[in-house]
Amino acid sequence: MTQVPLIHILFVSTALFFIGMYGLFTRRNMIMMLMSVELILNSVNINFVAFNKYLYPEKLEGIFFTLFIIAIAAAEAAVAIAIIINLYRNLRSIDVEAADEMKF
Amino acid sequence: MPNAAYLIIVLVPLLPLLGFVILGLFGRKVVKNYSGGLGTALVFLSTCIAMWVGYDYFSTGAGPDGAYHAFKVLNIHWLSFGPGFSIDMDLLVDPISVMMVVIVSFISLMVHIFSLGYMKGEQRYGTYYAYLGLFTFSMLGLVLSANIFEMYIFWELVGCSSYLLIGFYYQRPSAVAAAKKAFVVTRFADLGFLIGILILSFQTQTLGFGELIQLLGPGGQSLSDSLSLPGNHGLFLGFPIVSWGLALIFVGGAGKSALFPLHVWLPDAMEGPTPVSALIHAATMVVAGVYLVARLFPLYAADPAVLHIVLYVGAFSALLAAIIACTQTDIKRVLAYSTMSQIGYMMFALGTGSGGNASGYTASMFHLFTHAFFKALLFLCAGVIIHRVHSNEMKDMGGLRKQLPLTHICFLIACLAISGIPPFSGFFSKEEILSAAWQTNKFVYGLGLFTSGLTAFYMFRLYFSVFWRRAPGHGDPHPGTTPLSMKLPLVILAICTVFTGFIPFSHFITSDGRPGETPGLGPNVVPPILIALLGIGIAARLYYKESSRPGRAAKAVQGLYTFARNKFYIDEIYLFITKKIIFNGIGRPAAWIDKNIVDGLMNGLAALTARISAAIKGAQSGKVQDYAWFFFIGIAGLTVLFIYIYT
Repeated sequence: MTQVPLIHILFVSTALFFIGMYGLFTRRNMIMMLMSVELILNSVNINFVAFNKYLYPEKLEGIFFTLFIIAIAAAEAAVAIAIIINLYRNLRSIDVEAADEMKF
Repeated sequence: MPNAAYLIIVLVPLLPLLGFVILGLFGRKVVKNYSGGLGTALVFLSTCIAMWVGYDYFSTGAGPDGAYHAFKVLNIHWLSFGPGFSIDMDLLVDPISVMMVVIVSFISLMVHIFSLGYMKGEQRYGTYYAYLGLFTFSMLGLVLSANIFEMYIFWELVGCSSYLLIGFYYQRPSAVAAAKKAFVVTRFADLGFLIGILILSFQTQTLGFGELIQLLGPGGQSLSDSLSLPGNHGLFLGFPIVSWGLALIFVGGAGKSALFPLHVWLPDAMEGPTPVSALIHAATMVVAGVYLVARLFPLYAADPAVLHIVLYVGAFSALLAAIIACTQTDIKRVLAYSTMSQIGYMMFALGTGSGGNASGYTASMFHLFTHAFFKALLFLCAGVIIHRVHSNEMKDMGGLRKQLPLTHICFLIACLAISGIPPFSGFFSKEEILSAAWQTNKFVYGLGLFTSGLTAFYMFRLYFSVFWRRAPGHGDPHPGTTPLSMKLPLVILAICTVFTGFIPFSHFITSDGRPGETPGLGPNVVPPILIALLGIGIAARLYYKESSRPGRAAKAVQGLYTFARNKFYIDEIYLFITKKIIFNGIGRPAAWIDKNIVDGLMNGLAALTARISAAIKGAQSGKVQDYAWFFFIGIAGLTVLFIYIYT
C-alpha cells in the first residue's frame, strides 16, 4: 500500500482550518461559532499527528500533544457553552449581534 | 523699680484684646446692650494701668546717670530660626513707648466713652465695640513691640482692624470702597516695609530695635566697611543697602501715616463712624508711621540721605494737605487733611534731626502728643455736630454756637491749639518743630511757616462756617440734646488740650533718653503767631458772615482752587495709572496670553484627543466577530512579516 503523501494531509488540515475560520467569521449563531473553533482545533490536531507520523515515527510527542488539545477543547467547550447559556438567559438570544453592550 | 515690675504693662494691650474676644463671641447675643459698657470698662482699666506705669516710669525710671533706660519685659521666644536668630514677643518699655501707651489708651478710652452716646441704638453695637477693642489692642501692641518683626505683625493688625472699622457701615458702597482703598494702599506701602525689614535683618542678623540701633546707629560701626557678614555687598544702585532698607521702611511708614503720595486713602477713610475717625487720626494708625521712624531714629539720623527724604516728604505733605484742606466742604475731610498736614509736620520734624541735632525728635514726639488730644477733640466735636445736623457738609451748618455751646467752646479751643496760638498746647509743640527746622533747613522752615498760616486759615474757615456765618437758631431741623457720654470726653480732652503744652517734654523724651533742656521761647515765636493770626483774620473776614467774598476769593485764584478742590487730581492720576496703563499695558496682554496661549494649548490638546477618538471609535463595534477579524488580520500580517524576515 502506498502511503498518502504528507502534503495531501496538510491540504486537508489547511482546508479544515479555513473552513473553521470562515465559519467563525460568518456565523452569527454562537453554537455554530463554537463548532467552527472546534474545526480549527481539529485541523491543528491533524497537523500534529501527521508531522509526528511522517517526520519522527519513533516518537510520540505529537500524539500526546493532540490528546492534550482534545482534553482542553472539551474544557473549552464546557466554558463556552456556559457563557452561551448565560448570554441566552440575559438576552433571550444566542446571536452574537445581540451582545453589543460593550461598544462605544 | 526692677525690670519685672513693669510686667504689668502686658495687661495694657491684653485687656482690650479680652474685650474683643468677649464681644466678638458674645456681643451680638449675650452681652448685647452692655457691650459698650464692658468694652469701655476694660479700656478704662488698661488706661489706668498705662497711666500708673507711665507715672512710675517717668518718676523713678531714670537710671543713676539721669537717663531713661529701655527695658525688655516678657521675653517669649516665638519663632526660632536657629541659634541667635528668632522672632520674639517682647515688650519694650522706654520713654516713647510709655508715652504712646498712655496716649493710645487714653484717646481710645475717650472714643469708647463718646461712642456710648454716638453709636447708641446702632444695630451692630457689640460688633463695633469688639472692633474698637481689636484696634486698640493692635496699636498698643505696635507701640510696645521690641523688635521690628513683631511691630510688623501688629502693624498689619492695625491695618486689618482699621479696614473693619472704616467699612463698618458695610451696606454703603462708598464705605466698602473706602475700606478697600485704605487696605490696598497701606498694604502696598507695607510691601516696602516688609522688604526693608528683610534687608535690615539680613544685613545685621537681628530684628531687635536695640540691637539694630547698636549695630547701625551713630555710635555703632558703620556697616558697609566693618561688618563682614555674608551678603553684605555694600552698595545697590549707588546707595548703601542699609539706606535702601531704611528708605523702604519709611515707605511703609508713609503709607500708614498718609504722607504724599500714599495719602489717598485717608480722606476716604472718613466713611467710618466719626469716633473711629477720631481714633484713627489722633492716636492710632496714622501716627504709627511717625512712631516707626522715631523708633528707628538713630538709624535715620546716621543716614542723612534717607533723612532728607523724610524731611522733604513730610514738609511737602504738610503743605499739600493744607492747600487741599482750604477747599474742601465736608467737615470730616477738612479734618482729615489737617491730620495729614500735622503728620507731615511730625515727619519733617524728625527729618530735621541730622548732624547731632536731635531737638526735632523731641519736637516731633511732643507734637504727636499734643496733636492726639486736639485732633481727637476736633473729631469728637465734629461727631457731635454731625449727630445733630445729620450731614457732613459745611453748607448745612452755620450758626450752631447757641445750640451746641459746649461743643462750640471745645471746638474753638482745639482750633486755637492746632493753629498754634499760645497758650494752647499746639503752640508749644509747633514752635519746637519750627525752631528745629530753623536750625537745620531754612527752606523747610519757610514751608512749615506757610503751612502753619494755612492751617490757621482752614481751621477757622471751618469754625466760622459751622458756628457763625448764620444767625443762631437758623433752622434747627433736628433739635435734641447731646448725651452726657458725648460731652464728658469733650470736656476732658479740652482740658488736656489747654494744659498739655506746659509739660516740660524734653525732660522726658529725647532721642538718647537723657533729659534735655526745655528750649526757651525766644523772639522766633513771633512769626508763627503772626502768621496764624493772619490766617485767622482772613478766615474771619471771609466766613464770619454769609457773603459772596469766599466765592470771589476762589475766583481770584481759580486755577489753583479747582486744582486743590479736586485734590490735585492725585486720585485720578492713580486711576489713570492703574486702569489705563497697568490694566491695559500689563493686565490685558497677560490675560490674553493666559486665555489664548496657556488655555489654548490645553484646549487644543483636549480637542485633538476628542477628534482622534471620534474618528476611530467606530472600530469599537462591540461585535465579537469584528474583533476576531482584526485578530486574524493581525496574525496574518505578523505571519507575512515573519516569513519575510526569516526567509
